[in-house]
Amino acid sequence: MAIEKNVPAIELINVSRRFLSPTGKSLTALRDFTMTVQRGEFVAVVGPTGCGKSTTLNLVTGLASPSAGEVRVMGAPVKGIDPRIGFVFQSDALFPWRTVIDNVMAGPLFRGKAKSEAMAAARDWLGRVGLSRFEQHYPHQLSGGMRKRVALAQTFINGPEILLMDEPFSALDVQTRVLMHEELLRLWSEAKASVVFVTHDLEEAIALADKVYVLTAGPATVKSVYTIDLPRPRVVADIRYEQSFIDYSRTIWADLKEEVETSYARAAA
Amino acid sequence: MTDAAIDIRAGAFKPGTSDAEIEAAAARASQRRRRTVIFWRVAILVAFLGLWEIAARLAWIDPFFYAMPSAIAERLYEWTTEGTSEGPLWYHLYVTMEESVIGFVTGSVAGIIIGVALGRNRMAADIFSIYIKVINSIPRVVLAPIFIMILGLGLASKVALAFVMVFFVVFHNAFQGVREADRAMIANARILGASNWQLTRSVIVPSAMSWIFASLHVSFGFAIIGAIVGEFVGSRYGIGLLINIAKGSFDAAGMYAAIVIVMVVALGAEYLMTMVEDRLAKWRPQPLHETQ
Repeated sequence: MAIEKNVPAIELINVSRRFLSPTGKSLTALRDFTMTVQRGEFVAVVGPTGCGKSTTLNLVTGLASPSAGEVRVMGAPVKGIDPRIGFVFQSDALFPWRTVIDNVMAGPLFRGKAKSEAMAAARDWLGRVGLSRFEQHYPHQLSGGMRKRVALAQTFINGPEILLMDEPFSALDVQTRVLMHEELLRLWSEAKASVVFVTHDLEEAIALADKVYVLTAGPATVKSVYTIDLPRPRVVADIRYEQSFIDYSRTIWADLKEEVETSYARAAA
Repeated sequence: MTDAAIDIRAGAFKPGTSDAEIEAAAARASQRRRRTVIFWRVAILVAFLGLWEIAARLAWIDPFFYAMPSAIAERLYEWTTEGTSEGPLWYHLYVTMEESVIGFVTGSVAGIIIGVALGRNRMAADIFSIYIKVINSIPRVVLAPIFIMILGLGLASKVALAFVMVFFVVFHNAFQGVREADRAMIANARILGASNWQLTRSVIVPSAMSWIFASLHVSFGFAIIGAIVGEFVGSRYGIGLLINIAKGSFDAAGMYAAIVIVMVVALGAEYLMTMVEDRLAKWRPQPLHETQ
């Protein structure tokens, strides 16, 4: 275990991923994709819509395997679903027939914890995301932001060392989204997990991440990597008015814009 | 039970009307609406039965074929108090119910299990789908004589018929429900640590439950059809036998009376099923009423 300390949390080395369309044509979603995420690092991945951002996450979870190249998690090649990984989805992936607390308890119960233990842990996590009063509610009775907080508690309760997030806040309104950013950064700084945060919102990426990967229009490959040297802890609501934030934003957008335009032109053609 | 939005016309409230007043008005409107619905339901039933009775008594229709409500009621009274020519009514009803319930329970359990299993296993589904299509294309009632030949005049042949009536309906819905389960939800469960069996039990089956319930509603009716058709073809007891005997003796009132009994039972079962479903589905959103 001592050696593992220096090993990056996630490595994607020259990874390609191809799909077969129903007509039998092969589509390339990822091409020669290389990315390294260090322990405790917060990495954001931005790119034009539909370029294959989510595919990178599926490769790390083991839900999908690469057509070529290698994916390593904590130094070892990915084989099946790694229990050290947590995933927050874009869509609502809560179980609608379970109450809030039963949703949060799902992970520990699946992993064979005793019911009382799972219940105590779930109570604790619901407290941390400020939903203690809503234990017995069903997901449909909560607002979108509250459901996302349940999803965060459901993921964090398993103590993931790696947290993958696929545009988790894209369905929320702007105010709620800023609150969720604060919430996420707080949970992340306590949990010390490595994060890969996929988004199409550049400002969100800069406000949250240590590193921003810009992807090309599909098939996606890494276009450039920016290190975001903004001090932590960050206050997401205010950071966007700082000069250094605006500078980052302008530089990266100039880079990203080309890809967005390429992707748009292709869709229009 | 009124799900429809309650329409309170724009402009009906002056600015400054309190919430309590609006709620009271909405409650009144909702009650008025419910009364209107019940009134018309009863009125239509009375008109239908009344017209039937009058038409039969004035010989607009031939009561020999069409009977009349009073004669049917009389026959029902006679059957319940004195019993039928074939013994007490309750025994016949019991036999038919026994056949239907056993067929329904075994058919739906088998339908759910096989539907979920094939829904989870794409390879097996691809292999067996052709056979299921072929067997499903057989009109179920033609199996009645075969079952009676093989299984005899007793319970088993009717249960078998009720079973095949129920099985395919439930199977198709369970299968479809499993296929429609949300992929993000499944991925979520797997990453949270669910094993294959946990995934099936606590994600796939609950999410297919609304599909399965939709089929259970209709399939108890199908189970009764199976039992009664089986009884037509050959039996010693049952409501189907009563109808058959009434037909043999040109007793129109007897046939309609048996139909009424089956209707009441089927409606009662439907009501029970809705109650169970409402209890199980309390996680589903309730529709909001609209004021304004």
